[in-house]
Amino acid sequence: MTQRTTDIAVGLFMLAGLAALLFLALQVSGLSPKSAKSTYTVYADFNDTGGITPRGRVSMAGVTVGSIDSITLNKETFQARVAMSIHGEVDNIPADSAAVIRTSGLLGEQYIDISIGGDMDSLEPGDTFYATQSAMNIERLISNFASGK
Amino acid sequence: MIDRIASFGRSSIGFVISIGRAGQFLGGVLSGIPRPVTGFPLLLKQLYSVGVLSLAIIVVSGLFIGMVLGLQGYTILSDFGSEAAIGQMIALTLVRELGPVVTALLFAGRAGSALTAEIGLMKATEQLSSMEMMGVDPLRRVIAPRLWAGFIAMPVLAIIFSMVGIWGGMLVGVEWLGVFEGSYWGNMQASVDFRDDVINGVIKSIVFGFVCAWIAVYQGYDCVPTSAGISSATTKTVVYSSLAVLGLDFVLTAVMFGNF
Repeated sequence: MTQRTTDIAVGLFMLAGLAALLFLALQVSGLSPKSAKSTYTVYADFNDTGGITPRGRVSMAGVTVGSIDSITLNKETFQARVAMSIHGEVDNIPADSAAVIRTSGLLGEQYIDISIGGDMDSLEPGDTFYATQSAMNIERLISNFASGK
Repeated sequence: MIDRIASFGRSSIGFVISIGRAGQFLGGVLSGIPRPVTGFPLLLKQLYSVGVLSLAIIVVSGLFIGMVLGLQGYTILSDFGSEAAIGQMIALTLVRELGPVVTALLFAGRAGSALTAEIGLMKATEQLSSMEMMGVDPLRRVIAPRLWAGFIAMPVLAIIFSMVGIWGGMLVGVEWLGVFEGSYWGNMQASVDFRDDVINGVIKSIVFGFVCAWIAVYQGYDCVPTSAGISSATTKTVVYSSLAVLGLDFVLTAVMFGNF
């Protein structure tokens, strides 16, 4: 075992470690260089946020266009105020669009879907969604059905 | 009765003394910063024997653990009809827990015991004292490169372990059991956070690497210089390292992920 072989083996070992870290960053945690690009924040008030969590997905027609930043309680209206950051290039969301909480599959994760409105004006950074639709609550659905409403 | 209390007291004192000696020893090793020119080849040589040679066992066990996680996870999750979450389960389990912990346990068995035996034999054959005679500081020449090598190699090995495990899980989950590949990676990416999960796992493995390497070199340096002494020191290295890793893992997990 010469010194040079040792050097090469250790160098390859460290490179393999770096490559693995890169794999964990990009492929496993979905940290893409793209996520560092500009985003803007919009808000939505929900009566019931169900199971959405920060870092959850915000999508539009099934395409991910942003992520959920924070979920706080608005103490005046007792609604949940969700802040979400939308990718900078999606800058033409119609101002009368609605934010809807949906579930992927029957038991999958919940995410926010933006259903498109028809307004010519678009949402500006810091704006709040005009209309929202809260998470589907199966218990409430069943009780409404049972009481015939 | 009094004798029992006395022997308990004696062993407690011995325990505290050995902790103190290990601390002193660590201080001695770390205060002698390796010289960049002469120290670097020594460090490389140790990185080779501690890191590169451990790679085979790490890759093979990572692969099998990932595959077992895939199989077990699929069996349990398919009861709830949510086998698409298998990627998330495998990735979080490996990155947060199994990667650092199993790597540290394997490292203690594969590299830690070798370090102890090597240093212990150097002590038994009086190589260490003859180095001192020649004016070479054995702490700096023999111990420090081994300690640093363990410290550096462990996080690298743990990261490789996690990666291979996730790939092995994909092999079973996607290729064999037929989970849709998009949901395997998609669920994973939605739930694994680089800062909270990956980096915390790396921090864990750095701590484990430090503790394992410290225990290994200290046990070797402190052993009774006979063949029986070396064998008991090697055993102690593996036992103490494993216990320290599992104990520390609980503490670190509670600190990192315990804030519900």
